[in-house]
Amino acid sequence: MKIKSILRNISRHSMFFPITCLIIVLVINLIKTPTFFHVSINNGVLYGYIIDILNRASELVILAIGMTLVVACSGGTDISVGAVSAVAGAITIYLLVGPMSSGDYRMPYVLAILLGLLGAVLCGMFNGFLIARLKIQPMVATLILYTAGRGIAQVITQGFIIYVRKEEFKYLGNFIPGIPVPTPIIIATIVLILTNLLLKKTALGLYIQTVGVNRRAAKLVGLNSSLFIFLVYAFSGLCAGISGMIITSRVYSIDANNAGLNIELDAILAVAIGGNRLDGGKFSLAGSIVGAITIQALTTTLYAMKVTADQLPVYKAIVVVFIVVIQSSEFKRYIGKLLSRITKHGDRKQVEV
Amino acid sequence: MNNEVILTMRGIDKKFPGVTALSKVDFTLRSGEVHALMGENGAGKSTLIKVLTGVEALDGGEIRIKGVDHPVVNSSPQEAQKYGISTVYQEINLCPNLSVAENIFLGREPKKWGRIDWKTINQKATEILDVFQIEIDVTKPIENYSVAIQQMVAIARAVDISSKVLILDEPTSSLDEHEVEKLFSVMSKLKDMGIGIIFITHFLEEVYRISDRITILRNGIRVGEYETNSLPRVQLVAKMMGKEYDELTTIKNVGSYEAKDYEDKLLETEQLGRMGSIKPFDFLLHKGEVVGLAGLLGSGRSEMSRVIYGADRADTGQAYWKGEKIAVHAPMDAMKIGMAYLPENRMVEGIFPELSVRENIIIALQAKTGIWKLMSSKEQEAFADKYIELLQIKTPNIDAPIKNLSGGNQQKVIFARWLLTNPELLILDEPTRGIDVGTKTEIQKLVLELAGQGKSIIFISSEIEEMLRVCSRMVVLRDGNKICELSGDELGQKQIMETIAGGDISGEN
Amino acid sequence: MIRRFREKIDPNTFLLLITITLFVLMYIAGILIFRDKHFGRVQVFLNLFISNGGLIVAAVSMTMVLISGGIDISIGSVVAMTCMLLAWMMEKQNIGIIPAIIVVLIIGVIFGFFQGLLIAYLKIQPFIVTLAGMFFARGMTAIISTDMISIKNEAFLKIANAKLYFPFGGYVNRSGDIVYPYIYPSVVIGLVVLLLMFFVLKYSKFGRSIYAVGGNEQSALLLGLNVRLTKLKVYVLNGFFAALAGFVFCLNTSGGFVEQAKGFEMEAIASSVIGGTLLTGGVGNVIGSIFGVLIKGTIETFITFQGTLSSWWTKIVIAALLCFFIVLQSILGSSKDKKGKISKDH
Repeated sequence: MKIKSILRNISRHSMFFPITCLIIVLVINLIKTPTFFHVSINNGVLYGYIIDILNRASELVILAIGMTLVVACSGGTDISVGAVSAVAGAITIYLLVGPMSSGDYRMPYVLAILLGLLGAVLCGMFNGFLIARLKIQPMVATLILYTAGRGIAQVITQGFIIYVRKEEFKYLGNFIPGIPVPTPIIIATIVLILTNLLLKKTALGLYIQTVGVNRRAAKLVGLNSSLFIFLVYAFSGLCAGISGMIITSRVYSIDANNAGLNIELDAILAVAIGGNRLDGGKFSLAGSIVGAITIQALTTTLYAMKVTADQLPVYKAIVVVFIVVIQSSEFKRYIGKLLSRITKHGDRKQVEV
Repeated sequence: MNNEVILTMRGIDKKFPGVTALSKVDFTLRSGEVHALMGENGAGKSTLIKVLTGVEALDGGEIRIKGVDHPVVNSSPQEAQKYGISTVYQEINLCPNLSVAENIFLGREPKKWGRIDWKTINQKATEILDVFQIEIDVTKPIENYSVAIQQMVAIARAVDISSKVLILDEPTSSLDEHEVEKLFSVMSKLKDMGIGIIFITHFLEEVYRISDRITILRNGIRVGEYETNSLPRVQLVAKMMGKEYDELTTIKNVGSYEAKDYEDKLLETEQLGRMGSIKPFDFLLHKGEVVGLAGLLGSGRSEMSRVIYGADRADTGQAYWKGEKIAVHAPMDAMKIGMAYLPENRMVEGIFPELSVRENIIIALQAKTGIWKLMSSKEQEAFADKYIELLQIKTPNIDAPIKNLSGGNQQKVIFARWLLTNPELLILDEPTRGIDVGTKTEIQKLVLELAGQGKSIIFISSEIEEMLRVCSRMVVLRDGNKICELSGDELGQKQIMETIAGGDISGEN
Repeated sequence: MIRRFREKIDPNTFLLLITITLFVLMYIAGILIFRDKHFGRVQVFLNLFISNGGLIVAAVSMTMVLISGGIDISIGSVVAMTCMLLAWMMEKQNIGIIPAIIVVLIIGVIFGFFQGLLIAYLKIQPFIVTLAGMFFARGMTAIISTDMISIKNEAFLKIANAKLYFPFGGYVNRSGDIVYPYIYPSVVIGLVVLLLMFFVLKYSKFGRSIYAVGGNEQSALLLGLNVRLTKLKVYVLNGFFAALAGFVFCLNTSGGFVEQAKGFEMEAIASSVIGGTLLTGGVGNVIGSIFGVLIKGTIETFITFQGTLSSWWTKIVIAALLCFFIVLQSILGSSKDKKGKISKDH
């Protein structure tokens, strides 16, 4: 009995679902590749499957942080994040080297990055304005930049794939000489820590949940819901910008068509696997992070099974549908009805016997 | 008027988890009569209607309809409609985007050569509305017309589907006088056509103008059925509130309150008001005073408090706080000045269901102190513990979600939330609604204690007795209007009820 | 002034009027600016239909979905999947054109059925369901083939390239022959779907139920309609039209590749919204959507005729127009709310 109740408590914990998902994926990998958990140091940097997964999950972790807050506060999702990443990357690289992939920087590196991030934040603010002020459904509002974003990025790059031929540019997306940990992991960790500080050391985290749980009651305790909804979309834009920087630095180039492609689905998926309700309210940042890592692990696994990047969305779409169906209260109701019918049926049989 | 019975409900029982909503209720409707169904909040009016129309299943009793030789059990509004029972709700259930004519014929459109015959639809719709002397363009979307017209269209639809029983659920609450007249003339026509009308309203004037009979419910029990012109107004109010009129004279100011002279003005309003919800009113509140807003549901008592707090923005008038002009555009403005507001509907506007008791307690103070100064978890716990102790809130721990608590304890949490902000004025809208008797008394005591500490309180309740216990002065409202103020010797149940009832105070109609 | 005008006509007609005016102005501007490039020829106008046959089908279908209060963002991916499947069946499996078309249409219906089931019966947000559908169909395209497949099936190409000439409106070319304007069968399919849906939406009980459900679901239920079944039917029909749009699209491109019809869903939504369909549901008509398609086609033609602008500008301009119309709707909608009419919350 005691074990049973402990088990029940564990299974009810908010982190139960995401961690179970992660463990399942990891175990599958461990069976396939016994060396899965090995970590070694090659050429002065950390090396191994696990490091690779964490490294490649970094952009997603950052996006998932923004997406979690968007979902919690507004009960909607931001599907423009992939396109906004491309816009931010395009701005920064274009400002740095111009359209012709020339060798020299045209402006200070840091300034170009800040301007790229500014562009992303402006995109987020545009979304936020449409949603908070004009009360447009979040999905529809972000659909505008979802499509137009890549067009804007194309216009900035003038349709070229622009390369940056400077070693320092690769630092953000790869390694900084002398540091064994991949830079994206460091950046994701910093973003996570700063966001967590912001949410836990100020009242922001509480406000966001309050607005997400009951907007009418939030108004009566004096909270300005529109303001917070606007802010989370702006923040989601910032997160998209940061991951845009990592994405472009990884391949030291910007391809407006493909930078951050399909990553919005992964981000939404991360939030859902993290045990967060997609209609808003209480959120778990940790859950979303575990969700993001799980998805990257899944992606890596699927790649290892010779699934191409083009085909990946099929499997992820199935997982999304599976999760939202499980979360759906109507589904639970149907199942409940079905179960009660079965048990009733069983009872009747017993009577007959 | 023929008096043939067309609908009988006998011994209707309905239980919800933990509550008995209806207990052995009888109801009889005759053809060609307007039958008012009266009762305060939670009396069971809407449950009775829901059971009748199949929105809720009934737990006991039977419903019989003239012409059907077996008891009727409706499982959906559609099924009820087949038996000739139609409802026109307060929030009109029409499709705003469709034309007037289409709303009348939706789901049963006449066809010609396999396609919908719009010409016939429009023509017939015009004819149907002509009967009620409504001349409008039936091809325009219904959202272009006033609520009154929409209601007529809903009634026209119901009647055209051959109704015998028509239920009008608070049809007049958003109509102006002229529109009410129009509705009444339509109702008279329907009476002549032999239709039985169940009329639900909070406006006593209207009951006496249009209804033939009244059935009164209270706490899920039928108080009685009366001929309208033999039941004096004040009797009606007394029965709704659960007092026999004869008893009223004996109970006078049960309150432990001693009348005193208040000196310091706290809040004063000059012609504060809001279009369509509360007509401009003047109001004065002193420091340490408990003032009740008395009136029936829909009289403007809640609306008045919402306008003061800024939950609804006032569009006329001016308010003063300790003699100085104030501008309250939003709740935060009111909170900063020193007001607190406990809303009428705890579930919808009060609690944050998924958040913990602790978070629910500190949220108002936290919102007031601003985003940068988060209370430390120690502070939060200290506050929460203090008020859990002080108000004796029963909760497994301070981090349990508030949705797991009972209604009374949830209400105490909201009290704690506002006490924590140390307000000078508390606006309490039905603080004891849906709460067990023990907690009720605790809350009443708390209100008196707070007043003793010099806080001012605006108190709203459906129970006059409770109001008498805590209030030293009462503002009476009727139909969105502040009627008068009662204090001192005028504070007796009889007097209050007579004022609430309005009309001829002697009780004759 | 404007307000008084707006009170006289209803806001939805007002939106449609803006759209038609916009199209006419743009077209006149085009004729004036690109005089030397014969913008005024009948064929240029017909080309708007020729290059957008698939979009007409998709926009009409999208209009139906939006009226019901839903949305479908999977339509572009379904078009890509259909094209790829058609190409794969005809070229790699030597399946005849008729069976191939039947198969893709059936797949479209099944796809729509599943989406409809999740939306209507499990009450999952249409956006989430069709977002998953979008990724699923795009991925399936890649699973069928990651390489581009060109269609060389003769019967198919014959249909695709059959010019249907008009007996009038021609011009004399340099060698002195009269060139009559023409259209392709794809345009005919598009227009047939348009007419069909015009009648269904206006003159059938199903069509009217769609409007009722989109206008106010709760009311529709109380007025005796089967809301869930109506929604399911909408998505099944939409699945069918998505596959049909894919076939029409394929007639133009004669091949399938993974990146095909990217952003197509946006074009369909934009056409519909520009044509006066409300994103909140309940209002819209397919005639307006055609003007939406024509506006998109005209912008494209501008950019082609201009010559130096990249094709990306089309997407940006479309998105800007969509944004403009959404904002306009929101403003008109909120002014309506202030008048205190039936609000959608109830």
